[in-house]
Amino acid sequence: MRLSYTKALNRALTDALAEDPAVCVFGEDIGAGLAGPTLNLLDRFGPGRIVDTPLSEQAFTSMAVGAALTGRRPVIEFQIPSLLFLVFEQLVNQAHKFSLMTGGQAGVPLTCLVPGSGSRDGWAGQHSDHPYSLFAHAGMKTVVPATPTDAYGLLRSAIADPDPVVVFAPAAALPVRETVTWELAPIPLGTARIHREGADVTVVAVGHLVHDALAVAEELAPEISVEVFDPRTLHPFDWTALAGSLERTGRLVVVDDSNRSCGIGAEILATAAEEMRLIAPPRRITRPDGAVLPFALPLDRALQPHRDHLRDAVRAVMKPRSRHDEDPAR
Amino acid sequence: MTGLPDPRDLGSPAGRYRMLRLIRGFEELALGLVKSGAITGGIHPYIGQEAVAVGVCAALRPQDRITSTHRGHGHVLAKGAAPDRLLAELLGRTGGLNRGRGGSMHAADFSLGILGANGMVGAGGAIAVGAAWSARQAGEDRVAVAFFGDGALNQGVLLESFNLAAMWRLPVLFVCENNGYATTLPAATSVAGSATGRAAAFGIPAAEVDGMDTEAVRAATAEAVQRASAGGGPGFLECRTYRFEGHHTMERLMKLRYRTPEEIADWRGLDPLPRAAALLPPGLAAQLDASVAEQLAAAQEFALASEHPDPAGALDHLYADGLRPRAGART
Ligand SMILES: Cc1ncc(C[n+]2csc(CCOP(=O)(O)OP(=O)(O)O)c2C)c(N)n1
Ligand SMILES: [Mg+2]
Repeated sequence: MRLSYTKALNRALTDALAEDPAVCVFGEDIGAGLAGPTLNLLDRFGPGRIVDTPLSEQAFTSMAVGAALTGRRPVIEFQIPSLLFLVFEQLVNQAHKFSLMTGGQAGVPLTCLVPGSGSRDGWAGQHSDHPYSLFAHAGMKTVVPATPTDAYGLLRSAIADPDPVVVFAPAAALPVRETVTWELAPIPLGTARIHREGADVTVVAVGHLVHDALAVAEELAPEISVEVFDPRTLHPFDWTALAGSLERTGRLVVVDDSNRSCGIGAEILATAAEEMRLIAPPRRITRPDGAVLPFALPLDRALQPHRDHLRDAVRAVMKPRSRHDEDPAR
Repeated sequence: MTGLPDPRDLGSPAGRYRMLRLIRGFEELALGLVKSGAITGGIHPYIGQEAVAVGVCAALRPQDRITSTHRGHGHVLAKGAAPDRLLAELLGRTGGLNRGRGGSMHAADFSLGILGANGMVGAGGAIAVGAAWSARQAGEDRVAVAFFGDGALNQGVLLESFNLAAMWRLPVLFVCENNGYATTLPAATSVAGSATGRAAAFGIPAAEVDGMDTEAVRAATAEAVQRASAGGGPGFLECRTYRFEGHHTMERLMKLRYRTPEEIADWRGLDPLPRAAALLPPGLAAQLDASVAEQLAAAQEFALASEHPDPAGALDHLYADGLRPRAGART
């Protein structure tokens, strides 16, 4: 079966809705299936469970929290990644805090799905954010699937999870298709996937960047053996698997579509430096500090991690270290 | 003492009077414990507004749900929470409603449909709308009540939630406790139009009620709950009330002058307790007072004897699935 990323999300929603009557979906234009993942759900499950909402993100997110607190298992589809900024209060300050603040009386099994996160090529500053690091930092379970199979499996697990989960489906991963010869199934949150084994350098790639990492690994194969490590879930992060990978390679490059400061890439480097085996200084490739993506395509691209950067970084961590190499301007 | 109402039964004037007294006494006790330093952080006392919580909850059924506010002790008690466990919560003890993890501003008892006090002004409105939607989805006859203050009338999310509730005819009752001030800000200089006018603009039947009169609040609530439960959609009550104490116990340490002594005295003259006592046979109020005093003494004993939580468990319950996050320091 040929499976696209968006179709995988659609399948996951369909299967979750069919399996559990408590599952319901909220969002803008979801009845029509505008973004793709909710296509045909209204016909099959009806307006009682597929709820087209007015443009009141804060209220319908809160409402989903209230529904989750009282026995439902809502999924919210957000039309734009930046809408998450509007509902930071409802997600981080309410949904995430209920379990602890109530002393474990209440869980909030809520899933937020963002189909088309990150740059969408030409949508400018307010439609191109990729705020997964913010949610991982806040402690919300945060998932960024790279492939259709993972998108299916991780969304299923997110919906079944007793805690709120944010699922980012990167715009640049949506065109990915797979020929699926296996049974699609839930994939536990918090488990990384090694897409390609290697002996020299571990490249941790987030979301759509996994595909860039695979391309670079293939290209460099004659000279450097690159392991491509996809965390899949950023919180909780599969630190055990990363430690295992670095045990083998001892060298680390992270490619992460977050702003540099306080992005998940920074956390991965810091944790590796504190706790894991490194035989060379690690590197990360990210958006710049505080980036706002400009409209013009060459400018938009200029601020995102790029294969060229990744290739250079992999080569750089392979170089034997000498005082000479330490360029203070870097 | 026999023949006194069950402490949680608000079905009779005696039961309602008892609950008014319980809330008043609870708050007085808590104020003392704040002053002594036993309760850290402080509280937002409900004294003066008791008729709203008691009047509303007297018209609710056990299956109905509420969301509450930073000034939530009255709502939580009137919906049936145990005073001893609420007090233990305020004291941060393991015997508290929330095992000491929530404190005054987050007290909750999900087993009684109390979805929590909330530290964010206006946040409970849309959560209650979600609870109402949930009940309808489940085919259950449950009404959700959102309590909020006049300050919340200027929170956009609350107005958004009016729209959702009205569009979808959800069984939810919005109860605005207009005590005249949001901290020091007078409602008169911050709410354009009127509270009821805002609800009416969304097609929600809205009524203004004397919030110092338990029976009037109960009657208005009963009507709205009946309508909501019969599929008639949301309702809105503006309860005109007043807090006799400061906004928060911190205010006791300052000399703020946003309310005149005359204004405070006028409202104290409308105290809901004597009004409710006047409906009882002679002597009964005193008996009920004594029974409440006993209950509160026992509550204090329970709460102060309850254990302080073990710091090793500071992140217990962070995730419903028991996930243990990494520690902040390596040991
Ligand atoms: C969204 C939000 N803004 C500000 C505050 C700080 N704050 C806490 S209570 C309060 C006043 C609330 O007034 P009102 O809603 O009338 O309730 P009352 O205190 O009178 O019961 C303020 C400003 C807050 N907790 N939440
Ligand atoms: Mg007020």
